[in-house]
Amino acid sequence: MDKNLKEQILRASGVNVLKCMRCGKCSGTCPSYDEMEYHPHQFVYMVEKGDIEKLMNSASLYKCLTCFACVERCPRNVEPAKVVEAVRLAAIRQQGNNHLTPAMIPDMIDEDIPQQALVTAFRKYTK
Amino acid sequence: METFTYYPGCTLRTKAKDLDTYARSSAEALGIALEEPSDWQCCGGAYTTAKDEIATKLSAVRTLNAAKELDRPLITVCSACHNVIKQTNYDISRDEEMASKVNNYLKLAEPYNGETKVYHYLEMLRDVIGFDNLASKVTNPFKGKKIAAYYGCLLLRPSKALAMDDPENPTIMEDFIKAIGGTPVIYAQRNECCGGYITMEDKAQAAKRSGAVMDSAKDQGADMIITACPLCLYNLKKNSGSDLPVYYFTELLAEALGLKEDNNG
Repeated sequence: MDKNLKEQILRASGVNVLKCMRCGKCSGTCPSYDEMEYHPHQFVYMVEKGDIEKLMNSASLYKCLTCFACVERCPRNVEPAKVVEAVRLAAIRQQGNNHLTPAMIPDMIDEDIPQQALVTAFRKYTK
Repeated sequence: METFTYYPGCTLRTKAKDLDTYARSSAEALGIALEEPSDWQCCGGAYTTAKDEIATKLSAVRTLNAAKELDRPLITVCSACHNVIKQTNYDISRDEEMASKVNNYLKLAEPYNGETKVYHYLEMLRDVIGFDNLASKVTNPFKGKKIAAYYGCLLLRPSKALAMDDPENPTIMEDFIKAIGGTPVIYAQRNECCGGYITMEDKAQAAKRSGAVMDSAKDQGADMIITACPLCLYNLKKNSGSDLPVYYFTELLAEALGLKEDNNG
Protein backbone atom coordinates (compact mmCIF):
# COMPACT_ATOMS: atom_id res chain seq x y z
CA MET A 1 0.00 0.00 0.00
CA ASP A 2 1.29 3.42 -0.98
CA LYS A 3 0.89 5.46 2.21
CA ASN A 4 1.91 8.70 0.54
CA LEU A 5 -0.77 8.29 -2.10
CA LYS A 6 -3.45 7.67 0.51
CA GLU A 7 -2.29 10.70 2.49
CA GLN A 8 -2.34 12.80 -0.68
CA ILE A 9 -5.90 11.71 -1.52
CA LEU A 10 -7.13 12.37 2.00
CA ARG A 11 -5.46 15.76 2.17
CA ALA A 12 -6.60 16.92 -1.27
CA SER A 13 -10.19 15.77 -0.76
CA GLY A 14 -10.49 17.04 2.79
CA VAL A 15 -12.68 13.98 3.44
CA ASN A 16 -12.65 11.94 6.63
CA VAL A 17 -13.30 8.48 5.20
CA LEU A 18 -13.71 7.05 8.72
CA LYS A 19 -17.03 8.86 9.05
CA CYS A 20 -18.57 6.53 6.44
CA MET A 21 -21.04 4.01 7.90
CA ARG A 22 -21.36 2.16 4.57
CA CYS A 23 -25.08 2.72 4.14
CA GLY A 24 -24.63 2.94 0.36
CA LYS A 25 -26.89 5.94 -0.08
CA CYS A 26 -24.24 7.72 -2.20
CA SER A 27 -24.14 4.86 -4.68
CA GLY A 28 -27.91 4.43 -4.55
CA THR A 29 -28.41 8.02 -5.66
CA CYS A 30 -25.53 8.16 -8.18
CA PRO A 31 -26.77 8.82 -11.75
CA SER A 32 -23.74 6.92 -13.11
CA TYR A 33 -24.18 3.82 -10.92
CA ASP A 34 -24.81 1.44 -13.84
CA GLU A 35 -21.82 2.75 -15.79
CA MET A 36 -19.35 2.42 -12.91
CA GLU A 37 -17.07 -0.47 -12.06
CA TYR A 38 -16.36 1.03 -8.62
CA HIS A 39 -19.18 3.01 -7.03
CA PRO A 40 -18.98 6.07 -4.75
CA HIS A 41 -19.15 4.05 -1.50
CA GLN A 42 -16.37 1.79 -2.82
CA PHE A 43 -14.15 4.80 -3.54
CA VAL A 44 -14.55 5.80 0.10
CA TYR A 45 -13.69 2.45 1.65
CA MET A 46 -11.02 1.49 -0.87
CA VAL A 47 -9.21 4.75 -0.13
CA GLU A 48 -9.61 3.97 3.56
CA LYS A 49 -7.96 0.59 2.99
CA GLY A 50 -5.27 2.16 0.80
CA ASP A 51 -6.47 0.10 -2.16
CA ILE A 52 -6.11 3.01 -4.57
CA GLU A 53 -4.29 1.67 -7.64
CA LYS A 54 -7.41 -0.14 -8.87
CA LEU A 55 -9.37 3.09 -8.63
CA MET A 56 -6.65 5.05 -10.44
CA ASN A 57 -6.81 2.64 -13.37
CA SER A 58 -10.60 2.39 -13.56
CA ALA A 59 -12.81 4.13 -16.13
CA SER A 60 -15.15 4.84 -13.20
CA LEU A 61 -13.06 7.96 -12.57
CA TYR A 62 -14.50 9.52 -15.71
CA LYS A 63 -18.11 8.55 -15.08
CA CYS A 64 -18.69 10.91 -12.16
CA LEU A 65 -20.91 13.74 -13.45
CA THR A 66 -20.03 16.17 -10.63
CA CYS A 67 -23.73 16.43 -9.81
CA PHE A 68 -23.07 16.51 -6.04
CA ALA A 69 -26.01 14.17 -5.34
CA CYS A 70 -23.80 11.95 -3.13
CA VAL A 71 -22.38 15.01 -1.37
CA GLU A 72 -25.84 16.37 -0.62
CA ARG A 73 -27.47 13.10 0.40
CA CYS A 74 -24.81 11.45 2.56
CA PRO A 75 -26.28 11.19 6.08
CA ARG A 76 -22.77 11.40 7.57
CA ASN A 77 -21.54 14.30 5.43
CA VAL A 78 -18.67 12.23 4.01
CA GLU A 79 -18.83 13.91 0.56
CA PRO A 80 -17.80 10.93 -1.63
CA ALA A 81 -17.51 13.01 -4.85
CA LYS A 82 -14.55 14.80 -3.30
CA VAL A 83 -12.77 11.46 -2.90
CA VAL A 84 -13.51 10.54 -6.53
CA GLU A 85 -12.16 13.92 -7.59
CA ALA A 86 -8.95 13.57 -5.57
CA VAL A 87 -8.27 10.10 -7.04
CA ARG A 88 -9.00 11.34 -10.55
CA LEU A 89 -6.59 14.25 -10.10
CA ALA A 90 -3.90 11.87 -8.81
CA ALA A 91 -4.38 9.88 -12.02
CA ILE A 92 -4.54 12.66 -14.61
CA ARG A 93 -1.77 14.77 -13.07
CA GLN A 94 0.70 12.09 -14.11
CA GLN A 95 2.48 13.03 -17.32
CA GLY A 96 0.73 11.63 -20.38
CA ASN A 97 -2.41 10.60 -18.47
CA ASN A 98 -4.89 13.15 -19.74
CA HIS A 99 -8.22 11.46 -20.41
CA LEU A 100 -9.12 13.94 -23.15
CA THR A 101 -6.98 15.60 -25.81
CA PRO A 102 -7.89 18.41 -28.23
CA ALA A 103 -7.46 16.01 -31.17
CA MET A 104 -10.41 13.96 -29.86
CA ILE A 105 -12.81 16.92 -29.81
CA PRO A 106 -13.97 17.15 -33.46
CA ASP A 107 -15.50 13.66 -33.32
CA MET A 108 -17.27 14.40 -30.04
CA ILE A 109 -19.20 17.53 -30.91
CA ASP A 110 -21.93 18.85 -33.15
CA GLU A 111 -22.92 22.40 -34.09
CA ASP A 112 -25.23 22.84 -31.08
CA ILE A 113 -22.97 21.68 -28.28
CA PRO A 114 -22.44 24.49 -25.76
CA GLN A 115 -18.91 25.68 -24.94
CA GLN A 116 -19.74 24.80 -21.36
CA ALA A 117 -19.54 21.07 -22.22
CA LEU A 118 -16.02 21.43 -23.62
CA VAL A 119 -14.57 23.57 -20.86
CA THR A 120 -16.10 21.32 -18.21
CA ALA A 121 -14.80 18.14 -19.84
CA PHE A 122 -11.31 19.62 -20.12
CA ARG A 123 -11.42 20.70 -16.50
CA LYS A 124 -12.50 17.24 -15.33
CA TYR A 125 -10.44 15.08 -17.65
CA THR A 126 -7.13 16.89 -18.17
CA LYS A 127 -4.26 18.58 -16.39
CA MET B 1 -32.45 52.09 -11.52
CA GLU B 2 -30.32 49.78 -9.41
CA THR B 3 -27.08 48.49 -10.99
CA PHE B 4 -25.66 45.01 -10.39
CA THR B 5 -22.50 43.39 -11.69
CA TYR B 6 -23.38 40.73 -14.25
CA TYR B 7 -21.36 37.67 -15.19
CA PRO B 8 -22.56 36.06 -18.44
CA GLY B 9 -19.84 33.40 -18.78
CA CYS B 10 -18.56 31.82 -21.97
CA THR B 11 -21.64 30.05 -23.26
CA LEU B 12 -24.06 32.98 -22.93
CA ARG B 13 -21.87 34.84 -25.40
CA THR B 14 -21.99 32.03 -27.93
CA LYS B 15 -24.45 29.11 -28.01
CA ALA B 16 -26.81 30.38 -25.30
CA LYS B 17 -27.47 33.91 -26.55
CA ASP B 18 -31.19 33.58 -25.79
CA LEU B 19 -30.44 32.93 -22.13
CA ASP B 20 -28.36 36.13 -22.04
CA THR B 21 -30.37 38.49 -24.26
CA TYR B 22 -33.66 37.92 -22.46
CA ALA B 23 -32.01 38.09 -19.05
CA ARG B 24 -30.72 41.55 -19.91
CA SER B 25 -33.90 42.94 -21.51
CA SER B 26 -36.10 41.58 -18.71
CA ALA B 27 -33.87 42.99 -15.96
CA GLU B 28 -34.00 46.39 -17.60
CA ALA B 29 -37.80 46.23 -17.79
CA LEU B 30 -37.83 45.33 -14.10
CA GLY B 31 -35.67 48.31 -13.16
CA ILE B 32 -32.28 46.64 -12.82
CA ALA B 33 -29.22 47.48 -14.91
CA LEU B 34 -26.81 44.58 -15.42
CA GLU B 35 -23.25 45.70 -16.03
CA GLU B 36 -20.44 43.36 -16.98
CA PRO B 37 -17.07 43.85 -15.32
CA SER B 38 -14.53 45.21 -17.81
CA ASP B 39 -12.53 42.01 -17.72
CA TRP B 40 -13.72 38.48 -17.02
CA GLN B 41 -12.67 34.92 -17.79
CA CYS B 42 -14.56 31.66 -18.24
CA CYS B 43 -15.34 30.10 -14.85
CA GLY B 44 -14.15 26.66 -16.03
CA GLY B 45 -17.58 25.04 -16.01
CA ALA B 46 -17.04 22.82 -12.97
CA TYR B 47 -15.78 23.59 -9.50
CA THR B 48 -12.67 21.66 -8.55
CA THR B 49 -13.30 20.58 -4.98
CA ALA B 50 -9.71 19.46 -4.30
CA LYS B 51 -8.03 21.60 -1.66
CA ASP B 52 -4.67 21.53 -3.44
CA GLU B 53 -6.10 23.13 -6.58
CA ILE B 54 -5.65 26.90 -6.73
CA ALA B 55 -5.21 27.91 -10.38
CA THR B 56 -8.61 26.48 -11.35
CA LYS B 57 -10.30 28.76 -8.79
CA LEU B 58 -8.67 32.04 -9.78
CA SER B 59 -11.00 33.12 -12.57
CA ALA B 60 -14.01 32.94 -10.24
CA VAL B 61 -12.15 34.98 -7.64
CA ARG B 62 -11.26 37.63 -10.26
CA THR B 63 -14.96 38.03 -11.07
CA LEU B 64 -16.00 38.08 -7.42
CA ASN B 65 -13.35 40.67 -6.69
CA ALA B 66 -14.41 42.84 -9.64
CA ALA B 67 -17.92 42.97 -8.14
CA LYS B 68 -16.47 43.75 -4.71
CA GLU B 69 -14.42 46.64 -6.09
CA LEU B 70 -17.56 48.09 -7.67
CA ASP B 71 -19.40 47.52 -4.36
CA ARG B 72 -22.23 45.69 -6.09
CA PRO B 73 -23.75 42.23 -5.81
CA LEU B 74 -22.85 39.75 -8.55
CA ILE B 75 -25.57 38.25 -10.74
CA THR B 76 -25.10 34.91 -12.52
CA VAL B 77 -27.51 33.20 -14.90
CA CYS B 78 -25.87 30.02 -16.19
CA SER B 79 -26.23 27.23 -13.62
CA ALA B 80 -22.60 26.16 -14.02
CA CYS B 81 -21.16 29.67 -13.51
CA HIS B 82 -23.45 30.08 -10.54
CA ASN B 83 -22.23 26.81 -9.05
CA VAL B 84 -18.52 27.50 -9.59
CA ILE B 85 -18.66 31.10 -8.37
CA LYS B 86 -20.74 30.33 -5.27
CA GLN B 87 -18.62 27.33 -4.27
CA THR B 88 -15.46 29.40 -4.72
CA ASN B 89 -16.94 32.19 -2.63
CA TYR B 90 -18.01 29.77 0.09
CA ASP B 91 -14.65 28.05 0.31
CA ILE B 92 -12.51 31.18 0.21
CA SER B 93 -14.50 32.66 3.09
CA ARG B 94 -13.84 29.56 5.25
CA ASP B 95 -10.57 28.01 4.13
CA GLU B 96 -7.73 30.25 5.28
CA GLU B 97 -5.08 28.29 3.42
CA MET B 98 -6.96 28.59 0.14
CA ALA B 99 -7.59 32.31 0.73
CA SER B 100 -3.96 32.92 1.50
CA LYS B 101 -2.70 31.04 -1.58
CA VAL B 102 -5.21 32.78 -3.88
CA ASN B 103 -4.38 36.19 -2.49
CA ASN B 104 -0.64 35.58 -2.66
CA TYR B 105 -1.11 34.72 -6.30
CA LEU B 106 -3.43 37.52 -7.35
CA LYS B 107 -1.95 40.38 -5.29
CA LEU B 108 -5.18 42.35 -5.43
CA ALA B 109 -5.35 45.91 -4.13
CA GLU B 110 -7.08 44.41 -1.08
CA PRO B 111 -7.25 40.66 -0.32
CA TYR B 112 -10.46 38.91 -1.34
CA ASN B 113 -12.05 36.77 1.37
CA GLY B 114 -15.58 36.10 0.14
CA GLU B 115 -17.12 39.55 0.65
CA THR B 116 -19.25 39.67 -2.53
CA LYS B 117 -22.94 38.77 -2.34
CA VAL B 118 -23.81 36.45 -5.25
CA TYR B 119 -27.32 36.04 -6.61
CA HIS B 120 -28.46 33.69 -9.29
CA TYR B 121 -30.84 35.61 -11.58
CA LEU B 122 -33.74 33.60 -10.12
CA GLU B 123 -32.67 34.69 -6.62
CA MET B 124 -32.58 38.26 -7.87
CA LEU B 125 -36.18 37.86 -9.05
CA ARG B 126 -37.20 36.37 -5.70
CA ASP B 127 -35.11 38.38 -3.22
CA VAL B 128 -34.53 41.74 -4.89
CA ILE B 129 -37.51 42.27 -7.20
CA GLY B 130 -39.97 39.92 -5.49
CA PHE B 131 -42.22 37.44 -7.27
CA ASP B 132 -45.37 39.43 -6.33
CA ASN B 133 -43.86 42.51 -7.89
CA LEU B 134 -42.84 40.52 -10.96
CA ALA B 135 -46.37 39.10 -11.27
CA SER B 136 -47.78 42.64 -11.28
CA LYS B 137 -45.62 43.50 -14.32
CA VAL B 138 -46.66 40.50 -16.41
CA THR B 139 -48.65 41.55 -19.48
CA ASN B 140 -48.65 38.25 -21.34
CA PRO B 141 -49.26 35.48 -18.77
CA PHE B 142 -48.74 31.79 -19.50
CA LYS B 143 -52.35 31.06 -18.61
CA GLY B 144 -53.24 27.37 -18.58
CA LYS B 145 -49.68 26.31 -19.47
CA LYS B 146 -48.25 23.43 -17.48
CA ILE B 147 -44.58 24.17 -17.06
CA ALA B 148 -42.00 21.81 -15.59
CA ALA B 149 -39.05 23.45 -13.82
CA TYR B 150 -35.80 21.60 -14.34
CA TYR B 151 -33.25 22.38 -11.62
CA GLY B 152 -30.75 19.69 -12.56
CA CYS B 153 -27.79 19.44 -10.23
CA LEU B 154 -25.84 22.68 -10.44
CA LEU B 155 -28.44 25.18 -9.25
CA LEU B 156 -29.01 23.61 -5.84
CA ARG B 157 -26.05 21.47 -4.79
CA PRO B 158 -24.08 21.46 -2.60
CA SER B 159 -26.76 23.37 -0.72
CA LYS B 160 -24.54 24.56 2.12
CA ALA B 161 -22.47 26.54 -0.40
CA LEU B 162 -25.19 27.54 -2.87
CA ALA B 163 -27.83 28.38 -0.22
CA MET B 164 -30.40 28.99 -2.93
CA ASP B 165 -33.28 26.75 -1.92
CA ASP B 166 -34.17 23.43 -0.28
CA PRO B 167 -32.05 20.98 -2.33
CA GLU B 168 -34.69 18.24 -2.33
CA ASN B 169 -37.93 20.22 -2.32
CA PRO B 170 -37.09 23.48 -4.07
CA THR B 171 -39.78 26.06 -4.87
CA ILE B 172 -37.96 29.00 -6.48
CA MET B 173 -38.58 27.98 -10.11
CA GLU B 174 -42.15 26.91 -9.39
CA ASP B 175 -42.78 30.29 -7.73
CA PHE B 176 -41.29 31.93 -10.82
CA ILE B 177 -43.66 29.92 -13.04
CA LYS B 178 -46.62 31.04 -10.91
CA ALA B 179 -45.44 34.66 -11.13
CA ILE B 180 -45.54 34.55 -14.95
CA GLY B 181 -49.03 33.05 -14.85
CA GLY B 182 -48.21 29.39 -15.56
CA THR B 183 -48.99 26.22 -13.64
CA PRO B 184 -45.92 24.46 -12.23
CA VAL B 185 -45.60 20.70 -12.71
CA ILE B 186 -43.85 18.76 -9.94
CA TYR B 187 -42.03 15.63 -11.13
CA ALA B 188 -39.54 13.20 -9.61
CA GLN B 189 -36.50 13.96 -11.78
CA ARG B 190 -36.51 17.74 -11.47
CA ASN B 191 -33.32 17.87 -9.40
CA GLU B 192 -31.47 14.90 -10.91
CA CYS B 193 -28.59 15.19 -13.37
CA CYS B 194 -29.14 15.40 -17.17
CA GLY B 195 -25.79 13.71 -17.87
CA GLY B 196 -23.86 16.96 -18.27
CA TYR B 197 -20.53 16.72 -20.08
CA ILE B 198 -20.75 12.91 -20.38
CA THR B 199 -22.42 13.67 -23.74
CA MET B 200 -18.90 14.22 -25.06
CA GLU B 201 -17.85 10.59 -24.74
CA ASP B 202 -20.91 8.54 -23.82
CA LYS B 203 -24.03 9.46 -25.77
CA ALA B 204 -25.88 6.44 -24.42
CA GLN B 205 -25.53 7.59 -20.85
CA ALA B 206 -26.52 11.15 -21.76
CA ALA B 207 -29.58 9.73 -23.54
CA LYS B 208 -30.51 7.64 -20.52
CA ARG B 209 -30.24 10.50 -18.04
CA SER B 210 -31.87 13.22 -20.15
CA GLY B 211 -34.56 10.80 -21.31
CA ALA B 212 -35.44 9.99 -17.70
CA VAL B 213 -35.86 13.70 -16.93
CA MET B 214 -38.05 14.40 -19.97
CA ASP B 215 -40.20 11.29 -19.51
CA SER B 216 -40.72 12.14 -15.84
CA ALA B 217 -41.89 15.68 -16.73
CA LYS B 218 -44.09 14.49 -19.57
CA ASP B 219 -45.69 11.78 -17.41
CA GLN B 220 -46.83 14.53 -15.05
CA GLY B 221 -48.50 16.36 -17.93
CA ALA B 222 -45.96 19.09 -18.68
CA ASP B 223 -46.44 21.18 -21.85
CA MET B 224 -42.86 22.42 -21.69
CA ILE B 225 -39.75 22.31 -19.52
CA ILE B 226 -37.53 25.22 -18.48
CA THR B 227 -33.89 25.40 -17.43
CA ALA B 228 -31.16 27.89 -16.54
CA CYS B 229 -28.36 25.72 -17.93
CA PRO B 230 -27.11 25.61 -21.56
CA LEU B 231 -25.77 22.08 -21.16
CA CYS B 232 -29.06 20.83 -19.68
CA LEU B 233 -30.88 22.45 -22.59
CA TYR B 234 -28.57 20.68 -25.03
CA ASN B 235 -28.93 17.27 -23.40
CA LEU B 236 -32.70 17.54 -23.01
CA LYS B 237 -33.13 18.69 -26.61
CA LYS B 238 -30.54 16.61 -28.44
CA ASN B 239 -30.02 13.47 -26.38
CA SER B 240 -33.32 12.67 -24.68
CA GLY B 241 -35.29 11.50 -27.70
CA SER B 242 -38.29 13.42 -26.31
CA ASP B 243 -40.36 16.02 -28.17
CA LEU B 244 -41.26 18.03 -25.06
CA PRO B 245 -40.28 21.67 -25.80
CA VAL B 246 -37.32 23.01 -23.77
CA TYR B 247 -36.73 26.72 -23.09
CA TYR B 248 -34.51 28.94 -21.01
CA PHE B 249 -36.44 30.47 -18.12
CA THR B 250 -35.39 33.93 -19.34
CA GLU B 251 -37.20 33.36 -22.65
CA LEU B 252 -40.47 32.82 -20.78
CA LEU B 253 -39.76 35.77 -18.52
CA ALA B 254 -39.24 38.09 -21.49
CA GLU B 255 -42.34 36.76 -23.21
CA ALA B 256 -44.46 37.24 -20.07
CA LEU B 257 -43.21 40.82 -19.82
CA GLY B 258 -44.14 41.44 -23.46
CA LEU B 259 -40.52 41.77 -24.60
CA LYS B 260 -40.43 38.80 -26.95
CA GLU B 261 -42.45 37.52 -29.86
CA ASP B 262 -44.96 34.91 -28.75
CA ASN B 263 -43.62 31.60 -30.04
CA ASN B 264 -44.22 29.33 -27.09
CA GLY B 265 -47.85 28.77 -27.88
